[in-house]
Amino acid sequence: MTWKKLLIPLASVPLILLLAYGFRTDPKAIPSPLVQKSAPDFRLKAFDGGEVSLADLKGKPLVLNFWASWCYPACYEEAPLLEATWKRFKDQGLMMVGVDIQDKEANAREFLQRFGFTFPNAPDPGSKVSIDYGVYGVPETYFIDRLGRIAYKHVGALTPALMEAQVQSLLRGK
Amino acid sequence: MISTLGHFVLFLALGMSLYAAGAAVYGARAGREDWLASSRNAVLVNLCLVTLALFLLEYALITSDFSIRYVANNSTRGSLTRYKVAGLWGSLEGSILLWAWLQSLFSALVVARYNDRHQAVMPYVQAVLQGICAFFLLVMTFAANPFAPSFPVPSDGRGLNPLLEVTDMLVHPLLLYLGYVGFSVPFAFAMAALITGRLSDEWLKNTRRWTIVAWLFLTGGIFYGGWWSYRTLGWGGYWAWDPVENASFMPWLTGTAFIHSVMIQERKRMLKVWNLVLITLTFSLVIFGTFLTRSGILGSVHAFAEGPVGMVFLGFLALVLLFSLGLIAYRADRLKGHGELDSVISRESAFLLNNVVLIGICFTVFLGTIFPLLTEAIRGTKISVGMPYFNRVSVPLGMALLLLMGIGPLISWGRASLNNLRRNFLKPVVTAAAATALLWALGVRSTEALLAFFCSFFVVGTIALEFWTATRARASTTGEGFLQAFAALLLRSRRRYGGLIVHLGVVIAIIGIAVSSIYKVEHEVTLKPGERVEIGPYTVQFNDLQAGERPTHILVWANLTVLKGNTPLTELHPGQRFYPNQQSPFASVDARYHWNQDLYTILSTFERDGSSATIKVLINPMMAWIWIGGGVILLGVLVAVLPERHLAMLTARAKAQPA
Repeated sequence: MTWKKLLIPLASVPLILLLAYGFRTDPKAIPSPLVQKSAPDFRLKAFDGGEVSLADLKGKPLVLNFWASWCYPACYEEAPLLEATWKRFKDQGLMMVGVDIQDKEANAREFLQRFGFTFPNAPDPGSKVSIDYGVYGVPETYFIDRLGRIAYKHVGALTPALMEAQVQSLLRGK
Repeated sequence: MISTLGHFVLFLALGMSLYAAGAAVYGARAGREDWLASSRNAVLVNLCLVTLALFLLEYALITSDFSIRYVANNSTRGSLTRYKVAGLWGSLEGSILLWAWLQSLFSALVVARYNDRHQAVMPYVQAVLQGICAFFLLVMTFAANPFAPSFPVPSDGRGLNPLLEVTDMLVHPLLLYLGYVGFSVPFAFAMAALITGRLSDEWLKNTRRWTIVAWLFLTGGIFYGGWWSYRTLGWGGYWAWDPVENASFMPWLTGTAFIHSVMIQERKRMLKVWNLVLITLTFSLVIFGTFLTRSGILGSVHAFAEGPVGMVFLGFLALVLLFSLGLIAYRADRLKGHGELDSVISRESAFLLNNVVLIGICFTVFLGTIFPLLTEAIRGTKISVGMPYFNRVSVPLGMALLLLMGIGPLISWGRASLNNLRRNFLKPVVTAAAATALLWALGVRSTEALLAFFCSFFVVGTIALEFWTATRARASTTGEGFLQAFAALLLRSRRRYGGLIVHLGVVIAIIGIAVSSIYKVEHEVTLKPGERVEIGPYTVQFNDLQAGERPTHILVWANLTVLKGNTPLTELHPGQRFYPNQQSPFASVDARYHWNQDLYTILSTFERDGSSATIKVLINPMMAWIWIGGGVILLGVLVAVLPERHLAMLTARAKAQPA
């Protein structure tokens, strides 16, 4: 067999390598161009009637979580973790804000009640904030440092280990 | 108990198929008939063993034996027996067992059918088929054991996804699997031809019927899947270019190309390498599709759970590609075609073009499917392409294909004379142009629709003309009546006329696809009881909301009255199903299906006190044509492949009872 003929079967090698490469990637990991950039500002009317805005939170590390009541099971999985983290770290200066996207208000309130969220949560009318942040799907969580920069973005349900590491690193930062 | 026994039986079956493959190769090399006979027996024993394993798992499913993890994950005590049975293909491990069983069954069928024929190639055909079977058994014994025990044993299982507890689940996956497995037979014959160097048309002739039957199952599976999704999923669509849908569409495209290009090889001794490449591609795409669904490397609504299985499938895909393409390279010198294209205006060039377009669509779909992976590998960013990409590329290519479908079957071989062209195409072109102009005059302005209609009319025109002239010619020479002559014609060249009927079905389906997607009307409104909304010619009145308990779920539904003018037409009851184990409700759509227009309703949301409901109403014109087209395709394939004697019997009976 001459080397030219070898080209026929070898033509399939790049494809196989590409597919093999697929194992090293996570289809849910969507890189955000916003990481290490300053987070887009937002001003929202919370479910409890108050107002939340990024400007008011400046100087405090913030966990910004996008969720929806229809997002099952991922949002339901991470919800208890969010509330527990909030309770544990709020005295150390951590802030947490939930943004509910593309949802029906009644369903969203039911969700809030079910998990007993005590940190501020707000609907996102017209999906303005989620578009600013480039939210691809729910849940997505942005870890924003004291200077208002997005330090890390996570797609999908949070795990306790990841939450712990990111929150600690936010709190350590100046 | 079943757990240990089942796993053990799988090991035995694996050993048996490896032995069958090895003994077949050794027997053929050494010329030992006793080894070949032993190999054939091993194929049958393998079928018995895999059947036993299948029964063991089904038994565990039906008797709700939750000590087996697979059963605990895929069935509940409360399920109807048929959905317990369907649990077999509800998830990864069981579906591989089903696949292995079908593979083993087809392998045994091939052995039984060609027991005493084609002795030079059969051992290798057997070896390839048993090799594939061994792969699936290997997956089960080492990576995805369907008989793995569960600990602790739960008191009740988790059950199938509620969306899958419908009768369609009993049909759609089976059709697809039959199609997928079916293509392994022509692939095995092609490989055997390459290994033995018997590269004449023998392998094509042997596998023609297998290929068409596999194609039929795959086509049926795809159509049925669309129909299922349309009726139940509650988004009013039937195809979303999801990676897994694409995974079934790609082998269909290459398989369709293969069915056409073998005709050129039979007739003109051309395209030998091409046909081998096509069947290799088809089989590889089947494995690629399985890999996509089971590896979790791309996000998809159909995806099975991720697991170690992905790697194993990729390894197998690599093996299949390197082995088969390597063989083609090895035999390249002896695969030189004899014929040449005489003219661009000929049937062979129309067929060739048809192949190019089909492969073009396949490549487009392939690229779109793996695009996120590709961009991530090259640029580090992940970009998905969606519906618009696939539609933009496949619509013009589809039109080209449609046009070729009209030209291919009628243009003459070799070099078409002007006379031939005029005789076969002048009338259809003129008729199609006139009909399209009529539509334009009636107010159809969409260029896409007009183009689709022109191409469709043209194809229908060519088919009708062909049937008409051939029937008339036969009637006048034999003196038969017109209908009798038509029936005789169908029987005489069933492959040709069956094929034309398939084309007709494709055209009908394409008209349905084009019209329903271009002229769809969609409207979402929130109504209070007694309020009405007008959409198209219909008035939909929301009467009230009701709720009721069903065996497995709670159903909330809206009572709608549909009126046309002031006369009530029908009652519709779209609803939402709430399952205890599921957080979000499932849509339960209701529609008035009609041959020229479906009125489709979805209950989007509702107030708990029944004071209002948000209802989505869609008018999908000519949707039914898609499914009718599918039925006509089925009919055409049956005409083309039904064994001679069955048809002879039918006609004899018809003659015995003169009308």
